[in-house]
Amino acid sequence: MTGVKRVRTHRAASPWLFLLPGLGTVAAFNLYPFLTTLHKAFTDARTLTPGSWVGLRNFRELLEDEQFWVALRNSGLYVVLVVPFTVLLPLLLALLVQKRIPGVAFFRSAFYTPVVASVVVVALIWEWMLDDRGLVNAILRVLGAGSVSFLGDEWLLLFSAMALTVWKGLGYYMIIYLAALANVPRELHEAAAVDGAGPLRRFTAVTVPAVRSTMVLVGALSSVAAFKVFSEVYLLAGPTGGPAGQDTTLVMLLQRTGTGLNGRVGYSSAISLIVFAVALVLMLLVLRADRRDGQGPQDARGGRDPKGRQA
Amino acid sequence: MNRATPWEKAVRYVLLLAVLALTVGPFLWQLSTSLKSTTEDIYTSPPRFLPAHPTGHNYAEVADIVPVWDYALNSLKVAAANVLTNLAGASMAGYALARLRFRGRRAAGLAFVAAVLVPLESVVIAQFTMMRDLELNNTLVAVVLPGAVGALNVLLMRNAFAALPYETEEAAVIDGANVWQRFVRVALPSVKGTLAVVAIFSFMGAWDDFLWPLIVLSDPDRFTLTIGLNYLHGTFQQDPRLVAAGTVIAVAPLVVMFVCLQRYFFRGVEEGAVKG
Repeated sequence: MTGVKRVRTHRAASPWLFLLPGLGTVAAFNLYPFLTTLHKAFTDARTLTPGSWVGLRNFRELLEDEQFWVALRNSGLYVVLVVPFTVLLPLLLALLVQKRIPGVAFFRSAFYTPVVASVVVVALIWEWMLDDRGLVNAILRVLGAGSVSFLGDEWLLLFSAMALTVWKGLGYYMIIYLAALANVPRELHEAAAVDGAGPLRRFTAVTVPAVRSTMVLVGALSSVAAFKVFSEVYLLAGPTGGPAGQDTTLVMLLQRTGTGLNGRVGYSSAISLIVFAVALVLMLLVLRADRRDGQGPQDARGGRDPKGRQA
Repeated sequence: MNRATPWEKAVRYVLLLAVLALTVGPFLWQLSTSLKSTTEDIYTSPPRFLPAHPTGHNYAEVADIVPVWDYALNSLKVAAANVLTNLAGASMAGYALARLRFRGRRAAGLAFVAAVLVPLESVVIAQFTMMRDLELNNTLVAVVLPGAVGALNVLLMRNAFAALPYETEEAAVIDGANVWQRFVRVALPSVKGTLAVVAIFSFMGAWDDFLWPLIVLSDPDRFTLTIGLNYLHGTFQQDPRLVAAGTVIAVAPLVVMFVCLQRYFFRGVEEGAVKG
């Protein structure tokens, strides 16, 4: 073998050797399962039987399944009610900890604690706090308000889970906003201040337009996450979804129907496809909105390598 | 904007303390509950924030009845494996995508983008059937495998490598270094920040995961901490002190780890501020 040829074969093979672990994992555990899900959704497969082709029967059955509509409603409501808070509150929080004042580093880290703790831990903590005899009700009683059965009522339970999601995500999205705020030129604020703009005016006229594409990104991430909610509701409501199963979400439903010895894998796969489709649509909608806003100040800064932040 | 009035400063600190109470308060309340003895009423109104006679009794008892330390060890194994496989796999794939020229590079890149678009929640049942066919169900290996190399981590590493100037590797090429040597000795040390981010997120992601271990693990001996705690919660709902002790055991190592690493973690944000 000549030297040139050896180098060439080496060059051709080595990229694929580098890619092998990553591409292998992704192909085996993301892409291939997706294809089997796509196929199984049209079969009556169960955990122990491969099943046969049934066409659209699973989807027709879903339309008549009351639990499916309850789950779709809950997952949809989750997006509508959670996302505005996860877009706005962490931004305000980031503004609060952005300024370098004594002790601010401590507050930044401390605000991140709920993100670090696992979702089971925070759910157990909130379950104990929201208990009929828990801390929140003790405080309400001291304030003279009656006690509230947060976890006993279908709606209050769902709202509690949403509050938990918002609370747990505060620190995570705060960091994303902090990175974006670091890129807002200080002169803009100073110029606005010189022009006599108050804090509220500076927020709406300078900060919001400058971090708008980040707000869109946070909106995309949090709406997809909210639609796929599982842990928070599962943990607060229990595996069967709270009072009369009224707090079931879509992912809870697909987990419940698809697992176990007699799991209806085909039916569950149909739900999986719906989750996938909605998540994809949510993501595309937001990405389109992002492209429309593409001419924002972030791009107008010019010159700076957008990837520099990550290196 | 530059000179904050004392009034402005005071408002800022009051707000900071209020958010602190809201974010960290619940953890402290849990810690306090876990230290209260069985003779102390934990339902008093107004609530008592400090335990009257702090005791470690609940920790001993929870560990006696449920093997929380074994669960924690299982979680640690899973998380450590996840960090290692992601660091190695994602950096190698990211390097190939960003720095090597070859036929099929675009297709390979698209495969990772496609994988990011497929939510794990929607393939979880297929993964479960697959693990059963491979007879890996109910093992820690099955917990690690699907996330061994996260597609998003690959894309993060690709961006990091792509941002390196061409000259970084030029000298090594002239010196006759092969691809592997350039990757390990030149490229990797230049992307430490992104590696740290991938490591932290891999660790937290694995430690935090609930849905997948819940589906794939059925034998209590193999439970990870999240699944074990869920189990604990069902068993000891009547005594919040025990549940509280269990959650403190689960959260303490992470808080310690985060406190140690937070400087690296926030550095990226700070760097942005300096550069911008």
